[in-house]
Amino acid sequence: MNTQRQSRWSGHWLLRDYGMVVALVLLVALFSWLTLTEQFPTGEDAGRQVAELVLAQPDSPRGVLVVVRDTPEDWAFAEEVERGVKAGGATVLARVRGGAPDVRQAIERILAEGGTIDAIAANEVTASWSVYDRFPQLDQVPRVKPQPYPWPNFLKLSNLLGVANQTAIYALIAIGMTLVIVTGGIDLSVGSLVALSSVSTALLLRDWGGGAQAGPAAIVLAALVGTSLCAVAGSLNGVLITLFRLPPFIVTLGMMMMASGLAFRLSEGRSIPELPAGFAWLGRGRMVGVPNPVWLMLGGYLLAHVCMSRTLLGRYVYAIGGNREAARLSGVAVNRVLLLVYTLSGALAGLGGLVLTSQLSAGDPKFGQMYELEVIAAVVVGGTSLQGGYGKVFGTLIGAFIIAVIKNGMNLLNVDPYNQKIVLGGVLMLAVLLDTAKRRSGH
Amino acid sequence: MTAEWAGAAPLLEMRGIGKSFPGVRVLQGVDLTLHRGEVLALLGENGAGKSTLIKMLAGVHRPDEGQIAIDGEPVDLSGPDASLAAGIGVIHQEFQLVPGLTPWENIFLGREQTRWLVDRRGERERAERLFEQLGAEIPLDTPCGELSVAQQQLVEIAKALSQDVRLLVMDEPSAALSPEEVPRLLAMVEELKRRGIGVIYISHRLEEIFEIADRVLVLRDGEVVGSGATAGLTRGRLIEWMVGRSIEREYPKQWHPRGNVRLRVEGLRRGTAVRGVGFEVHAGEVLGLTGLIGAGRTEVARLLFGADRADAGEVWLDGRRLQLGSPARAIAAGLCLLTEDRKHQGLVLGAGVLENFGLPNLEEFSGGGWLWGGRERRAFDGHAERLRIRLANPAQPARQLSGGNQQKVVLAKWLQRQAGVLIFDEPTRGIDVGAKYEIYQLINDLAGEGKAIVMISSDLPEVLGMSDRILVMHAGRVTGEITDVAHATQQQVMELAVA
Repeated sequence: MNTQRQSRWSGHWLLRDYGMVVALVLLVALFSWLTLTEQFPTGEDAGRQVAELVLAQPDSPRGVLVVVRDTPEDWAFAEEVERGVKAGGATVLARVRGGAPDVRQAIERILAEGGTIDAIAANEVTASWSVYDRFPQLDQVPRVKPQPYPWPNFLKLSNLLGVANQTAIYALIAIGMTLVIVTGGIDLSVGSLVALSSVSTALLLRDWGGGAQAGPAAIVLAALVGTSLCAVAGSLNGVLITLFRLPPFIVTLGMMMMASGLAFRLSEGRSIPELPAGFAWLGRGRMVGVPNPVWLMLGGYLLAHVCMSRTLLGRYVYAIGGNREAARLSGVAVNRVLLLVYTLSGALAGLGGLVLTSQLSAGDPKFGQMYELEVIAAVVVGGTSLQGGYGKVFGTLIGAFIIAVIKNGMNLLNVDPYNQKIVLGGVLMLAVLLDTAKRRSGH
Repeated sequence: MTAEWAGAAPLLEMRGIGKSFPGVRVLQGVDLTLHRGEVLALLGENGAGKSTLIKMLAGVHRPDEGQIAIDGEPVDLSGPDASLAAGIGVIHQEFQLVPGLTPWENIFLGREQTRWLVDRRGERERAERLFEQLGAEIPLDTPCGELSVAQQQLVEIAKALSQDVRLLVMDEPSAALSPEEVPRLLAMVEELKRRGIGVIYISHRLEEIFEIADRVLVLRDGEVVGSGATAGLTRGRLIEWMVGRSIEREYPKQWHPRGNVRLRVEGLRRGTAVRGVGFEVHAGEVLGLTGLIGAGRTEVARLLFGADRADAGEVWLDGRRLQLGSPARAIAAGLCLLTEDRKHQGLVLGAGVLENFGLPNLEEFSGGGWLWGGRERRAFDGHAERLRIRLANPAQPARQLSGGNQQKVVLAKWLQRQAGVLIFDEPTRGIDVGAKYEIYQLINDLAGEGKAIVMISSDLPEVLGMSDRILVMHAGRVTGEITDVAHATQQQVMELAVA
């Protein structure tokens, strides 16, 4: 009889498994609304638009002055304006790149040569300079600038990619943490392992790889060693937890201290900035306009999702978290699975350390501090139960993004960092509250 | 007060009780009356609505329709406090004791007697008196977690009495007791009766009902299908009421020709729990293994299966030596164990039925670590049909199934393994009559297929009714073997069990 009750309440699988998606969408909508401001087009699009506007002026202007600042984006704008204006039969008297003094000189020269300025093509910034007011001849000359349009700062592509990029490392480590928590465990050592992998990789590159001159082979080798070191630390966690039946909380707390101490010892507490330029590809490179860490994150989640839903390993992880004894008595190699899960968590923390080192161009023992808590928060906000047995990796991805979006939104709104912390703490509690309420109604 | 309730009002009167959960009607028009000093047996298959009815008395659910009256006064049992204030105590199947606290600390938990600080001596003395009145000897200073199940049950009873309860609901109180402990429980209920306490007694064991209950009320699909004084009723009649059809033979035993030895055990020992056990089981044979709780029956099964480590012992499966110590190895060798504790050892309750079914069989449904869900699903559907597992869909959490259906899911997962030797530990505990019958038939079929079956059970009629041969254990040793099961009696088994 409870069965019918359940099927009525469970609803759509998307809501049931990923109810946090709704929360994320609402947050995005909220911050979009709150950060809605006038935006001005820039670059080529803006150039095309301004050229058309210039040509559409009354009395078909003949001589056009283009004024831009000295930035690549503005150059592209100026070139597009010039092309458009020429195609419309007008002439560009001069293209001014730079500041107000350059504009003054250019106008003086044109006027001295007896030229007539019929229109000034400018952008939002250059159009508002006061230099034009010095010339009474220009009083009647229209200053054409791109048309503003309303768009949220939050929803700008550059901002969204920034959010994704900042989330990538947490999210990557959170994959391993999700697996660990689904088995009913916890891994507090990931933050310190980030530092350990960062320091060990950077040291290897500096002392054996040739520092800034290190070649690709040395980079790959150093990265592999750094990650493997963390995998070994993770497997050591696993061995202590399975063979000696120690509680995961204590074992990984110990590992957290040991790994951090080791990272500080190896680096003597200092940052190690002697890294080759090629190493920056991992953290700061882009493919198809998207930062590499984001690709890494997406790939990792896809793989983890398939693994958790379609392979034996995934099934066993859930079964162990749901009822370890029943899993063992069903012939599941419980210890082997747990060992693998903790090793994976360590390795992913190591990978996260590599990305962070690459992003910040230095190895540093202070990297990764408090990451374990950020990552656990992402897992929990994503709907994984700390009791074990339940949880979805994509839920964790969404959890990580919920936290990142709230942080980013508050930054855009200039919320004080201390207040941000208070809000984030509240969000964590709220997420668990909602999840608990949902589970209660479900059973 | 209406005219109907005039005169000596009954202790408890439930009238026209109805309850619906979203989408399903659980109880409809249920009338229940209980007098002082009376034992009413509440019967019904799992899912018949018994637990909902009890939960109303415990203040967990509130009826949608109908009235509850105590001593003729309508009461609103809006919560556990209100229920206790009305004098109703409920002893759940799973005890509500804190394992780290002593019996007297548990009894007064939440109602500590204080004189500035907790009056430990006063509480302990009161507890002592309570146990004296019950005629029970309980080590007062041992943490409850270390007491036997029967002792814990006594603590629960004492706790209820200390709260001046006038109506006690007991949910399957005998399920966790061994045969020798049941008479003591029944004596206790007699004592409660004598003191004028009304008892609602829920059990699947019909023998107890006939021994202890004054009246019987049977629920099916949320409605009362029969009630009456126990004296005028027969076993067959009760079963018919419960399952809605008559069952010719409660134990549909079939005899099959005995084949080769499939399981041979020699000199199995572990500490003081198992002290040198050896036996053989043949193809087509059902070996009943019984004894008191703690005699070492379950321990033997766990050692064979590798769930616990044996100090010594050798096991052969189909003539091949089995290396002990790992369930995975035992399963691979063709042995399977249906554990006595379905909820903690047999199932991942929060996981779906299909996931549970697949757990020991995933290698069969996969290639290179990749899972073929379709194969798993088809295999499960086959078993679901054969075993008549009732469920909404295979993704449904195992937690939501009734006890009988849960047990069938565990059976399905082992049947898929095609194991040659099956150990069933208390296969029908807490399962209703209809599902029991189906499990007996399955045991027959398996024996017919030439499998060897070890059936561990405390339910003596079941052991006598379904076994080809019976082994009785006492204190870690096999104390007797009964080969002529058809002419054996419960008395005979009990004598060996307490030897």
